[in-house]
Amino acid sequence: MAEFSLPKNSKVQKGKKYPAKAGAKNLRTFRIYRWNEEDGQNPHIDEYEVDMDSCGPMVLDALIKIKNEVDSTLTFRRSCREGICGSCAMNIDGNNTLACTKAIDDCKGDVAIYPLPHMPVVKDLVPDLTNFYAQYASIKPWLRTQTPPPPDAERLQSKEDRARLDGLYECILCASCSTACPSYWWNGDKYLGPAALLQAYRFIADSRDEDTGARLDELEDPFKLYRCHTIMNCTNTCPKGLNPAKAIGEIKKLMVERKGV
Amino acid sequence: MPQNTRPLSPHLQVYRWPLSMALSILHRATGIALAVGLLLVVWLLLSLAHGPESYASARTFCASWFGLILLFGWSWALFFHLCNGVRHLFWDVGYGFGLAQAHRSGIVVVVASLVLTGLVWACVLAQGGVA
Repeated sequence: MAEFSLPKNSKVQKGKKYPAKAGAKNLRTFRIYRWNEEDGQNPHIDEYEVDMDSCGPMVLDALIKIKNEVDSTLTFRRSCREGICGSCAMNIDGNNTLACTKAIDDCKGDVAIYPLPHMPVVKDLVPDLTNFYAQYASIKPWLRTQTPPPPDAERLQSKEDRARLDGLYECILCASCSTACPSYWWNGDKYLGPAALLQAYRFIADSRDEDTGARLDELEDPFKLYRCHTIMNCTNTCPKGLNPAKAIGEIKKLMVERKGV
Repeated sequence: MPQNTRPLSPHLQVYRWPLSMALSILHRATGIALAVGLLLVVWLLLSLAHGPESYASARTFCASWFGLILLFGWSWALFFHLCNGVRHLFWDVGYGFGLAQAHRSGIVVVVASLVLTGLVWACVLAQGGVA
């Protein structure tokens, strides 16, 4: 059910301020969501002033600089720092994106950084993605076949059939889209969300997959698929420029078409 | 430590609304407003069936400033819901999912709903007003 305000233990309070060292001129303030389960307090926003003359261009550079030089307790996920691992997805300047590919200069004013929205927080900017991954697993993201494979070759695909997977296979499962979706906020336990549905369509669209009917059967559900109301937040926020809303639309279309309308 | 002590990260509180998100919730809000507005239509029909005096009092209500605000709001809600509904029909057949397209169609819906509302009220006023 839609619960528009935050529960009591989640209300965000004011936190500490960490001014930059004296002499720094090119300053930028980062307002960062902090919470850890040990101090027994509500989440709060800490403010860090960062000297941009000695900081890299991306938001992740600033986070790493803060962690290295100011506050080593600041906790966030990161790995590849080039937009391919999907670890550093967070809410920056009001939209979900990857900290490593988001330029600080593209943010307005103070840079506000929160964990991915409407998720249980493990610590600071680290959300619990257990449910998200379980939903991905539930669509069985592998080729399902009925026929035996060719004895001496791989299952081949024409160039045209392969091209149908463009815009689908590039998803890195960063969870930006699903956690940007109000339907997922209110019904994330039953609605699969844009990321899992984009992947569901990726296998439905694959010429080598032979289980399209069963895949559609599994999605034919008032919640799993049809909580999508084409709000388009997923497509608006995807840091890889993919279009989950269109993929979901294609699934809905197939649902109608197979009824022979 | 039990997991239910984990806080819920902020959502509506921090998310920057794209146009498509605002129009989506507006679509639902206008849908609800129109359903409520049907009560007024029912009341108008009932008053008509009840005879000239009750119909006259219904007309007086509609011509009051409060009645006018309601009628104006409902007429806009009707046109917005209609135009955005057509936008949804295009999505249903697979068109208009591109980011730029969806943004443009959103603006078209807002402008069209305002123009249509304006036209209807221009007609109403040209015919001598609500009452």
